[in-house]
Amino acid sequence: MSERLSISTSPFLHAPSTTPRIMWEVVFSLIPVFGAAFYYFGLSAVLVSLAAIAGCLITEWWLDPRHGEALKDGSALITGMLLALCLPPGFPLWMAFLGGMVAIGLGKIIWGGLGQNIFNPALVGRAFLQSAFPTAITTWDLPDGRYLGPRGTNLALPLWQGTPVDAVTTATPLAKMKFDHDPTRLWDLLIGNTGGSLGETCALILILAGIYLIARKIVNWRIPVAILLAVVLPTLVLYLIDPQKYPSPAFMVLAGGLLLGAIYMATDMVTSPLTSKGLWVFGIGIGIIVVLIRVWGGLPEGVMYAILLMNAATPLINRATRNRVYGH
Amino acid sequence: MIFGKKHGLNERLLTFRHGVHPEEYKELSDHCAIERMPFVEMYTLPLSQHLGAPSRAIVRKGQEVRRGELIAEPASFVSVGLHSPVDGTVVSVGLVDQPNGQMAPGIRIKTDPYSPQRMAETSIPDPESISVGDFLKAVQWAGIVGLGGAAFPAHVKFSIPKDKTCKYLMLNGCECEPFLTADHRVMLEYTRDLLDGTRILQHFVQAERIIIGVEANKADAVAALRQTAVEMNFPVEVIPLQVKYPQGAEKMMISAILGEEVPSGKLPIDVGALVTNVGTIAALSQYFRQGKPLIERVVTVTGTAVKRPANVLVPIGTPMREVVDYCGGLTSKTVRILLGGPMMGVSQKTLDVPVVKGTSGILLLTDREVQDLDTYNCIRCGRCVDACPIFLNPARMGAMAKQKLWDEMEALNVMDCFECASCSYVCPSAIPLVQSFRIGKSMIREKKAREAGK
Repeated sequence: MSERLSISTSPFLHAPSTTPRIMWEVVFSLIPVFGAAFYYFGLSAVLVSLAAIAGCLITEWWLDPRHGEALKDGSALITGMLLALCLPPGFPLWMAFLGGMVAIGLGKIIWGGLGQNIFNPALVGRAFLQSAFPTAITTWDLPDGRYLGPRGTNLALPLWQGTPVDAVTTATPLAKMKFDHDPTRLWDLLIGNTGGSLGETCALILILAGIYLIARKIVNWRIPVAILLAVVLPTLVLYLIDPQKYPSPAFMVLAGGLLLGAIYMATDMVTSPLTSKGLWVFGIGIGIIVVLIRVWGGLPEGVMYAILLMNAATPLINRATRNRVYGH
Repeated sequence: MIFGKKHGLNERLLTFRHGVHPEEYKELSDHCAIERMPFVEMYTLPLSQHLGAPSRAIVRKGQEVRRGELIAEPASFVSVGLHSPVDGTVVSVGLVDQPNGQMAPGIRIKTDPYSPQRMAETSIPDPESISVGDFLKAVQWAGIVGLGGAAFPAHVKFSIPKDKTCKYLMLNGCECEPFLTADHRVMLEYTRDLLDGTRILQHFVQAERIIIGVEANKADAVAALRQTAVEMNFPVEVIPLQVKYPQGAEKMMISAILGEEVPSGKLPIDVGALVTNVGTIAALSQYFRQGKPLIERVVTVTGTAVKRPANVLVPIGTPMREVVDYCGGLTSKTVRILLGGPMMGVSQKTLDVPVVKGTSGILLLTDREVQDLDTYNCIRCGRCVDACPIFLNPARMGAMAKQKLWDEMEALNVMDCFECASCSYVCPSAIPLVQSFRIGKSMIREKKAREAGK
């Protein structure tokens, strides 16, 4: 019997939560979000998602020194899913695949793999696509009930953009607001009946997924709450000053990628601060930058840059918000 | 703010900030009344069962000794006496196995099988009529050490420095380690001894407040202590605390009850607090009133790998194998033997070592509780930061430890870490955080010693 005993040092109990379990629970929570995207955009949404995910998984497998071991933790799958959620449904598949490769390659592996990166990998991929293919990534289709056929641009050959010949393109609610002062109805925003990226449409499902993740203690509630407060409060002031010129706080929250960013992107554990105080600073910073870009900046949407900028500030925030050690 | 309703206590429960909630596993043995372990054939008594200098043997091979007779005397101030747990014959004075796996000087005693094992008659001073110095000396020679696990000589702790006063006499009945129930049973069954011992100590320290802190999962102990205190007309405050690990750490108990922090590198007495384990205080009364030096202690034998979990009053020096056999023996699924609780206990490779004064529990675990988890990279989730009861940054210290950056670890205050293991417990990537801090701390101590030697 005694040869089966193993010796190690305390503690001998461990909390039920493990890193792969956290990752797989995030994947699980994303299923309804994808359900909504597939419902509104049909087959093209499925294809874009698969392309982005394939780009991530293949790159992870290829560049991982332990060939494939790293795939088990599920984090590359999450990156692929999150990248897909911030792409438009008519996006060329080869671009989505390339975005996935950049997300994992330049967003994660190059830093040393899981846990080592400074920037959210999915947003690194998205930022790359935004600068490389600015037209493709801002061409939006309306949810039009065409489930089975891929959109023309999806199947564009590599290095070609494809032309949206057969689709009715539209501006996103944020762009309509910014350039035409034409606010989309809040109800449409809530249920997702608008143009936008795959994960930017149905606010209701995102909110429910966020509540689930917070209840499971996978998302720290301080980040989404801080972001939303920092967006709502200044917007409310502006809205009260001039309701014609400025969007309403509800519009600001429901339109665009704010909820997706606040629930899934900013809450990435790796790229957000460690301390509770730090999380407040981080979230408020994101909210303020979003308002600055959306209201006064040149772009209709600013969530991606807001999160990437605050990712960069995270080491500094960690340093500035260190806890006072007991008895010091 | 948490009320004790769940535990049947209609009052607010105090606590400290941060900490973790491991599964308790107390139900295995918390209902088991303390049983007396029968005498066995042979006892092994290492001379170093306490922190400080090993005791000095005063018996020879072949000498007959009585139960409770002094067999080794304190070698210095931070050292205590050691007594024979049985009537018998000294068979050797030399190297013996001790629970840390090393051989160390000790005494082996063969039990006299025909003896009734009554305590040797000795004259014990009346504690109310002796000086502080004589009291402390009596405690030292009675071999009394902290029974919570660290085995720090009790008389050293009871010696209040001249420039300090003891404002709060605090008894620690938290027993926050999962599985362990020895203190719980002591509070229930030795309630009078415990309060009487407190009264003896209070006679010397003259504290303003006498406080017993008990985790709320021991509501029956809270009730028993309160009722007995009224019967004995002894004014103590029994304060229920939230069930949270490491509530039983001195610093955490002081934070929870007094709302004060012990300054880094200082002792509880620097904030006027004297904190001592409940079992230690019961032993104090048992010495002064019944003439019994520290020759036995309550040990929780538990875990899913032992057939009959129990709280056993074990003579010091009993081989652990005998104790486990008394509890029905091991099941075949045993994968870990631990001394102490699962959070801070020490794993053993054999049961062929004796129960010593610091043995609070013998824990026999199967792979149901102990899982070998795969280690992943730190994902900076911050759970360790939110768990650390003294507000360190375990994630960062762990990264430094991996690169052997001991100086950086010291700058991050690793020396304040008291190794409660909450960080390792919560880490989803199963990074051996506290394990690496132990190494870091000893490297830093070694370096300091080297520098001091120059």
